[in-house]
Amino acid sequence: MRPLLRLKPYLLRYKKKLLLGLLTVIGSNVFTIVQPMFLGKAVDELKRGIEMHTFVSSDLLMWAGLIVGFALIAGVFTFLTRQTIIVVSRHIEYDLRNDFLSHLQKLSYSYFQNMPTGDLMAHATNDISAVRNVVGPGIMYPSDTIVTLTFVLFMMFMSDWQLTLLALIPMPLVSFAVYKLSKFVNKIFTARQEQFSLLTTRAQETLSGVRVVRAYVRETYEEERFRKLSYEYLKKNLVLAKVQSIMWPLMFVLVGFSLVITIYFGGLKVIDGQMTIGTLTAFTAYLGMLIWPMIAFGWVANLLQQGAASMGRLAAIMDSEPEIKDTETTDHSIENIHGTIEFRNVSFTHKNAAQPTLKNINLKIESGMTVAVVGYTGTGKSTLVNLIPRLYDITGGELFIDGIDIRKIPLEVLRSNIGFVPQETFLFSETIAENIRYGVDNNLEEDLNMAAEISQIAKEVMEFPKQYETMIGERGITLSGGQKQRSSIARAIMRNPKILILDDALSAVDTYTEERILHRLHEFMKDRTSIIISHRISTVKDADLIVVLQNGEIGERGTHDELVAINGIYADLHRKQLLEQQLEEM
Amino acid sequence: MQEEEILGKAYDARLMRRLIKYLKPYRWHVALGIVLSLLVSAMEAVRPTFTKIAVDTNIAQNDKQGLLRTAALFLAVMVVRGFIQYANAYLTQWIGQRTIFDLRMEVFQHLQRLSLKFYDQNPIGRLITRLTNDVEVLNEMFSSGIVMVFSDVFTIIGIFYFMFTMNWKLALVTLSVLPFLFYGTFLFRKKARETYRDVRIQIARINTFMQEHITGMLVDQIFNREKKSYTKFTTINAAHRDANIRSIFYYAVFYPGVDLIGAVAVGLIIWYAGHNALEGVVTVGTVMAFIQFNEMFWRPIRDLSEKYNILQTAMASSERLFQLLDDKTTLNIRQNPEPLEHVRGDIEFRNVWFSYNPPSDGAQSPEWVLKNISFSIQQGQTVAIVGHTGAGKTTIINLLSRFYDIQQGEILIDGINIQHVNPHDLRKHIAVVLQDVFLFSGDIQNNIHLGDETISQDRIKAAARMVGANRFIEALPNGYNAEVKERGATLSVGQKQLLSFARALAFNPRILVLDEATSSVDTETELLIQQAIKKMLVGRTSIVIAHRLSTIQSADKIIVLHKGEIREMGNHQELLALNGIYRKLYELQYKDQETKTPRQS
Repeated sequence: MRPLLRLKPYLLRYKKKLLLGLLTVIGSNVFTIVQPMFLGKAVDELKRGIEMHTFVSSDLLMWAGLIVGFALIAGVFTFLTRQTIIVVSRHIEYDLRNDFLSHLQKLSYSYFQNMPTGDLMAHATNDISAVRNVVGPGIMYPSDTIVTLTFVLFMMFMSDWQLTLLALIPMPLVSFAVYKLSKFVNKIFTARQEQFSLLTTRAQETLSGVRVVRAYVRETYEEERFRKLSYEYLKKNLVLAKVQSIMWPLMFVLVGFSLVITIYFGGLKVIDGQMTIGTLTAFTAYLGMLIWPMIAFGWVANLLQQGAASMGRLAAIMDSEPEIKDTETTDHSIENIHGTIEFRNVSFTHKNAAQPTLKNINLKIESGMTVAVVGYTGTGKSTLVNLIPRLYDITGGELFIDGIDIRKIPLEVLRSNIGFVPQETFLFSETIAENIRYGVDNNLEEDLNMAAEISQIAKEVMEFPKQYETMIGERGITLSGGQKQRSSIARAIMRNPKILILDDALSAVDTYTEERILHRLHEFMKDRTSIIISHRISTVKDADLIVVLQNGEIGERGTHDELVAINGIYADLHRKQLLEQQLEEM
Repeated sequence: MQEEEILGKAYDARLMRRLIKYLKPYRWHVALGIVLSLLVSAMEAVRPTFTKIAVDTNIAQNDKQGLLRTAALFLAVMVVRGFIQYANAYLTQWIGQRTIFDLRMEVFQHLQRLSLKFYDQNPIGRLITRLTNDVEVLNEMFSSGIVMVFSDVFTIIGIFYFMFTMNWKLALVTLSVLPFLFYGTFLFRKKARETYRDVRIQIARINTFMQEHITGMLVDQIFNREKKSYTKFTTINAAHRDANIRSIFYYAVFYPGVDLIGAVAVGLIIWYAGHNALEGVVTVGTVMAFIQFNEMFWRPIRDLSEKYNILQTAMASSERLFQLLDDKTTLNIRQNPEPLEHVRGDIEFRNVWFSYNPPSDGAQSPEWVLKNISFSIQQGQTVAIVGHTGAGKTTIINLLSRFYDIQQGEILIDGINIQHVNPHDLRKHIAVVLQDVFLFSGDIQNNIHLGDETISQDRIKAAARMVGANRFIEALPNGYNAEVKERGATLSVGQKQLLSFARALAFNPRILVLDEATSSVDTETELLIQQAIKKMLVGRTSIVIAHRLSTIQSADKIIVLHKGEIREMGNHQELLALNGIYRKLYELQYKDQETKTPRQS
């Protein structure tokens, strides 16, 4: 239950409403609980009337009216209970979910690489709603139960304590049975869920491995395997059904016992003149009122347990510390950067990795320069540029921007001066304009047009029916790989950055368009720093400096002509691309 | 959100008829369930009658013995009713589980029959949802749905029967509130459904936003958009909250409302009794019984409207399931296929044309992946296929195993057109080693024999030894019984490849199809793989999509595929001499391997 303590600040935020809710619980109970008393009076009145042969109609009408009137008032209170406590639970759910997202936003890049999106989503939906159940039904039912119990037992004891004790004998059994059964059900349920995920995994494997299954003619075998698991699942379900099916019949039998006891012993008392028939009627009505609280007791206990488990899981995420953030050493007087970058003996090792991804990187990039990074797959090119906006922090050496240790620059200042085009293009399901303006507050038409012009996307956008207001993604149009990359470049340019980083961001753009983009960028980035990663020689050949990475180190560096002359890796890449070009043309 | 749209159609006779068919094997169970429900309902409805007897007969006549008898009988009925209710609850679950088991197997078998083309067009995730969630949803309908509807209807009928026989005028008075209840429930259902739908749409929006912004967190952070995204999220989140709060309102009105209508009924009973008590029409016991009846018929009426929801989701799921079951993307398998018992291993492609998406009307010319491909391989020969990315190499091997049917031309094995053969018979003679090795969770052994029990332990070990996989397997904690995780997560790329070689050899095929992996492995493993490939090629017809210089050099024939056509054919030296496409490919892909064998990627 401990994790639930974390809910305290959330609950305190709505304490007035919750308090009001608790008061309405008492209100609705008071007005419900007196109703059987009126009923009892009415029955007695009726009996007397029949025996005395006197006209009783007006008295009875009064009791009937009281019952309806009180039911109405009780109803208003019940309405208010739901409108306060359950509504508060929705507010807390809202707060929790906001806080969850806000915390995720602070976590660093590496966190998301190790945490499947699906898991985070499951936390945001299932766990948060399990916690909400604690706040809503978890508060409403127990308070209702306690109040009902107190009042009903009081009324019953007042009218006849002996009969009360007798009638109540089976009641604790109801609570106990519900608690035990639901606990047991939860256990079986977990086992059933595990079997279900086995079944899902099996299906997943068979369907993903469909080529192997077909090639080796293993269809029948796979079918048998699936049938076995499916049958296991069926059996687990039937065990669950066996236990779950006991619940209601058992309830009815236990409650039935109470009713029989009441009627028999109460009946004896009536015969002996120790009790009126009206009291007996009221008594049975009270008994009916106890059934639900007894069931709720056991049920809520489980609800709380589940909520606590979910809160624990959420806490694990919300307690994780962001790895990259501003610290005491951050110099908040820095408000701008110029764009000189210097790697001094930089190395970087991924968490839990045995080998460093980058080592001995020494590289000085003056503001205004265009630097290209090339190399085979997996040599650390992306990691190198990811260090600049501090997606990762270096693990060795020093990294300076404008001669200042990068960790001293406020994260927000650093990043807002960088235009980054990641390798995997990611656009949001919004309009094209919203995507291009993503990193800026500026709504100027000219700036948007200019960014789109430079990245060579403008012409195509103007051909869409809704132009810049065209939606992208599921609810809109699907852009081609090249269009996505160019939009992503426009988004980076739009920020008017001091440092522009293109991480293999032209791979899906044809060479003709590429050349035009590079040409326009050259002009635009005249006084600023550009870093371009590419596999294509055509993209990098005009750079001021080309750096060739090899196994995490800088293997070669120089201009295009210098590197071709060395006849090393770069020259090899160059030669192969010429060959590929020739092949394409054959 | 699309799936949300389907909600709303609550009943579709066509779907329902088809669903009911699945209950046919269990029709006697269903009948028993209905009988049991009838019994339970009857015993439920009789309950207030006992109260009446106790009050009006026993207590009124001071008959203590009679009271004890009534109480004992009452108790006995309750206990029996409990048992029958339990049996019935279990029985209905049993029917539901059985039915969905059958349905799930049918879907699975159907998926096994669909051709690979279907898999190209449908994401696996969607198919799994059909097999799991969609089938699961129907469980509720088959179990509680159908039988419980009978039970509820019987209960209501039973209660009405006892009420009317006891005092028909009082029954009419009590039931006079029913129209209000029906109307109220109807209104509530309508509103609740609207808000439920609203909530679902909002939750879908939250999920989409979350999904997108967790995946794109990098972009958010790098463009300093955290605050703006947060604000946007709070708006969506608030819309979800408010939709829920709207729905709370309806629930908050409905439940107390039902209680109020119940209280009004009690008031009416008392008032009417008061008016008519003097005529001796209404007794105290009757009043008490009626008050109990009044409590009793709310539940089944409320349940019935609950069933409506079950029906609604079941309809949406079954619609999707039947759509899948009706998909006929299968190969054209002949009625009387030619037998293919033994195969020598001669392969011939004769003017083969193939497209993955042939236009159905034949109007426009399709995007041909292979154009007029003709070549032949003699038994025991090794043919290497080389070509640049997208040349159509993988397609050739897909066609040989008849994963797809060709549009024009013929593919012959030992002179028999493979279209005339059952694909199962054909594939038994061909072992395919794919580039991405697919391993199943289970153990090493299982991944070699793939559940074929005719493959003995010795043959498994011999196959592993032959490809040199035995060394690493025997070094594993449990050897051949060592656990393999999903997708072979714990094994290295090289180990996985060797394992897939062992698999191919264990099946001892006449024809071997090998798509060499391009991923890099360490020097030692590379040597093992090269040796293994050499051994595998001996004595069987082999088609290899070659990435290794050693493989092409040892091939009897090299086919150069370029843009879907065969452009050059011959052995290594001949082709080099041509100074054409092969020469370029060689310089691009293979030449490095001469100097730095084993090559690096």
